[in-house]
Amino acid sequence: MRSNPRARVAPAALAALLALLLASAAGFAQNASGNMGPAFMSGTPGTFAIRGARIVTAAGADIENGTVVITNGKIAAVGAAVSVPGGATVIEGRGLAVSPGMIDLGTNMGLVEIPQGAAGYVDVSELGELNPNIVALLGVNPHASVIGVTRVNGVTAALTAPTGGLISGQASLIHLLGATPREMSIQQSAALVMNLPRTGGGGGFAAFLAQQLGQPAGDAAQARDRQTEQIRKLLRDAGAYARALDAANADAKLPRVDRDVILEPLIPYIRGERPVIFRADREGEMRAAIRFAEEMKLKPIIMGGNEAWKMAAFLKEKNVPVILSGVLNLPSREDAPYDENYESASKLAAAGVRFCISTGDSGAEVRNLPYTAGMAAAHGLSKSEALRAVTLYPAQIIGAGAQLGSIEAGKIANLVVTDGDLLEARTNVRHLFINGRQVPLVSRHTELYDAFKNRK
Amino acid sequence: MRKLSAFILALATLVPSFAGAGVRAQGRRGRQPQPTRPAAEPGGESPAGGAGETVIRNATILTASHGTIQNADIHIRNGKIAAVGTALRVGAGARVIDATGKFVTPGIIDAHSHAAADAINEGTLSVTSMVRIQDVMNPTDINVYRALAGGVTALNILHGSANTIGGQNAVVKTKYGRPIREWFFGAPPGIKFALGENVTRKNPFLLPGAPVPARRYPATRMGQEQILRDAFTRARNYKRGWDEFRANRAGAPPRRDLQLEPLVEVLEGKRLVHAHCYRSDEMLMLLNLADEFGFKVKTLQHVLEGYKVAPEIARHGAGGSLFADSWAYKIEAYDAIPYAAAVMTRAGILVSLNSDSSERGRRMNIEAAKMMKYGGLTEQESLRLITLNAAIQLGVEARTGSIDVGKDADIAVWNGHPFSVYSRVDHTFIEGEMFFDRARDLAMREELKRERAELEKAEPNQAPGGAGGALTPGGPARRRPGHQDDDDADAPRVRKRNAGSHEDDDHPADRSNDEGGHDNEK
Repeated sequence: MRSNPRARVAPAALAALLALLLASAAGFAQNASGNMGPAFMSGTPGTFAIRGARIVTAAGADIENGTVVITNGKIAAVGAAVSVPGGATVIEGRGLAVSPGMIDLGTNMGLVEIPQGAAGYVDVSELGELNPNIVALLGVNPHASVIGVTRVNGVTAALTAPTGGLISGQASLIHLLGATPREMSIQQSAALVMNLPRTGGGGGFAAFLAQQLGQPAGDAAQARDRQTEQIRKLLRDAGAYARALDAANADAKLPRVDRDVILEPLIPYIRGERPVIFRADREGEMRAAIRFAEEMKLKPIIMGGNEAWKMAAFLKEKNVPVILSGVLNLPSREDAPYDENYESASKLAAAGVRFCISTGDSGAEVRNLPYTAGMAAAHGLSKSEALRAVTLYPAQIIGAGAQLGSIEAGKIANLVVTDGDLLEARTNVRHLFINGRQVPLVSRHTELYDAFKNRK
Repeated sequence: MRKLSAFILALATLVPSFAGAGVRAQGRRGRQPQPTRPAAEPGGESPAGGAGETVIRNATILTASHGTIQNADIHIRNGKIAAVGTALRVGAGARVIDATGKFVTPGIIDAHSHAAADAINEGTLSVTSMVRIQDVMNPTDINVYRALAGGVTALNILHGSANTIGGQNAVVKTKYGRPIREWFFGAPPGIKFALGENVTRKNPFLLPGAPVPARRYPATRMGQEQILRDAFTRARNYKRGWDEFRANRAGAPPRRDLQLEPLVEVLEGKRLVHAHCYRSDEMLMLLNLADEFGFKVKTLQHVLEGYKVAPEIARHGAGGSLFADSWAYKIEAYDAIPYAAAVMTRAGILVSLNSDSSERGRRMNIEAAKMMKYGGLTEQESLRLITLNAAIQLGVEARTGSIDVGKDADIAVWNGHPFSVYSRVDHTFIEGEMFFDRARDLAMREELKRERAELEKAEPNQAPGGAGGALTPGGPARRRPGHQDDDDADAPRVRKRNAGSHEDDDHPADRSNDEGGHDNEK
């Protein structure tokens, strides 16, 4: 059981610190002063009750005047008539709203701090094409300043993913709190990330250009097919490996199977127990990914999904969810409607496609997730769906719907207390709980602000 | 030969500004016959619509200069704001916009943009004060239309940051589709300076075709100071030569120098300096040098660490034009904080926000809204960051930047509070003409779809090799991440998707691949 050692030895000191933090949070919480004390890395555990607030559950109806109780890291109770347990730290919620912490499934959080010019800290892409054994969590720097900066804006969890190659590796679902990767981890191996070779080689402009340049039209298509076959072979090998392991386990007389670092991590994915994320934006790429997933009996998720709205019926029929990460992208073509990508979420919602909204950013811009969802809401998506698109839906899509994403008893207490609509840019975060721990509203940015704001 | 011509035709469909095919209707007039087009409206409206009267009724008006006026009208006549008040009487023929429940703001001024510019950096020398944005502007850059759809009515179009002295800027109205000369409205001339990382070219950008990163003096911040000192020393000498010639009226005039002339204008206070900078020390270097040579820096652009030296910036009198909250995209952006606009405003610095990005330039209202949270600026202070303050920084506050009688009718009408993420623009007026109308935009979409379908059926647009079906050149082949700015459009493809952000405009390559969809074939 992880816990803050200081919390055990000095509860009184911690309570004092907490009181100090609460006091400073009374003004502009985002501007809260206070240095990065021990709570900065791991939060402050305890029993908490947020009383008399508007509860935006994201599960069912909002509760206008309700109470949320947090015990042992979980939401112990939520409702209009919930009593506050003795000994709980009480937060008066009058005029405030409690929402589930937001979740961004399209990040490289902690794998990169400064994308450009600090190569020593960029751990996004491993070499090689087939890296199913690569696990994001093992490259996450828990002390990257981007983590603290992101969470104080209400984003409390992220899927952080490796990139590059044909199989990039495994993405990890993490809390944006913790002194070590293990403290942060919600699910270390949450999804396999795959990039099918681009389908443009089969025709269209790439083939046309190849023709103009005197290349045989079939070359690009052949290269694509060769690469696809590489992935196929690896997945089939993993299947054979899994069967051999099962057989050896069942029958001690069979020869022992040598363990294989590359094949072993693929087993839950080829069995459809965990999802495979396909990065794809164009319709053809997405269709190819879904066909491939059907063929190999994988459980696909589309990440990117710029043109998902063009094939919404198909996505609905196949029940393939989309991590929509291009809401703020410029339109694909000059003659496309100016709001093409703003609108796509509402089109997916109308068609009944499972989707969530992501910034698609490596880290620094992930704090703007609420406004990204807000932009979709300005263009057809209902406000409640926009909220769910960054809370409940990402949790469900990544297979953590029973643990995260809404305010329901029994779920992990990732909660954001705000003085307004969670998605509005003017709204201030007043209190923050991650994994049931109260998190001080300080970050590298508030620290620099405090250091310089009164310089004369 | 047939192949080549088919190739060119195919390209023509891909690059609509080249052919006028399948593109948004406004602004393409005169390039290609557009038989199915509704009457008029090349950019803006018909002359009648522009010259006529308009009244916007019953709006909530955020003036940016004198607070918010509830349930009031704006009377627009001859392109100007003729009156603001309740139950205004207007001419019988005036167009009436019922803005009940809607909000009106001044048109947004983006104080740092590269939209409409077909070239950004003349990267060969580090002092290219002779080059001018106005010579390379594309009046039908679709990003200008997209900016209009975000309520933007004026841009400060700047050179990039490859050079210590980049070139002469263009302050224009976003009159999409109109001849470029109509975009200019008498702003004082300016010039782009740049300091720091981009100028040193330490980033390993492989210029197209170049096997190694191109290096060029200056490679350090020390060298940048010397480049500036040398340039202004030469400019001072040059100015002295002219002054003496004019005083004496004897001998031969000095040899005309197009590089130094703009710098002489800077020394004379006739040309505004907009200086790209990130780190506080380089800001101080420039301000000290400017004090020494006796000129003022009008704005520090980006000025990410300006909050650290706010008192010094205030003492010099420079303004600051910032990103709202971008940070950490490169080393020198690591200390950027979203509270900077508030800190600098409170230190007495005139602050604006800018996009430096055709993507972000469409949602500057939300960038401004964030400043109410980060540091607690008031609603009007925040709105001024994208309107009146930018106008003052560009020397055009007499014409635009606020809702005041006598100013140009540069106005955005929003369907909700402009600082709400749930709001969008319904109309954008420039000088009384409606250059963006969401209803009209929606109405034209079906027609554009038909036109595109027709074009795709044309023989030259068919895929080769009997693959069947039309060529599908479109599609987001290249992602445009939310924070990727215009300057990154040229970035070689070795760069990672999220690796870039602002103003990494150290790429002298052409920018014709700004639209996604065909760049991966270039």
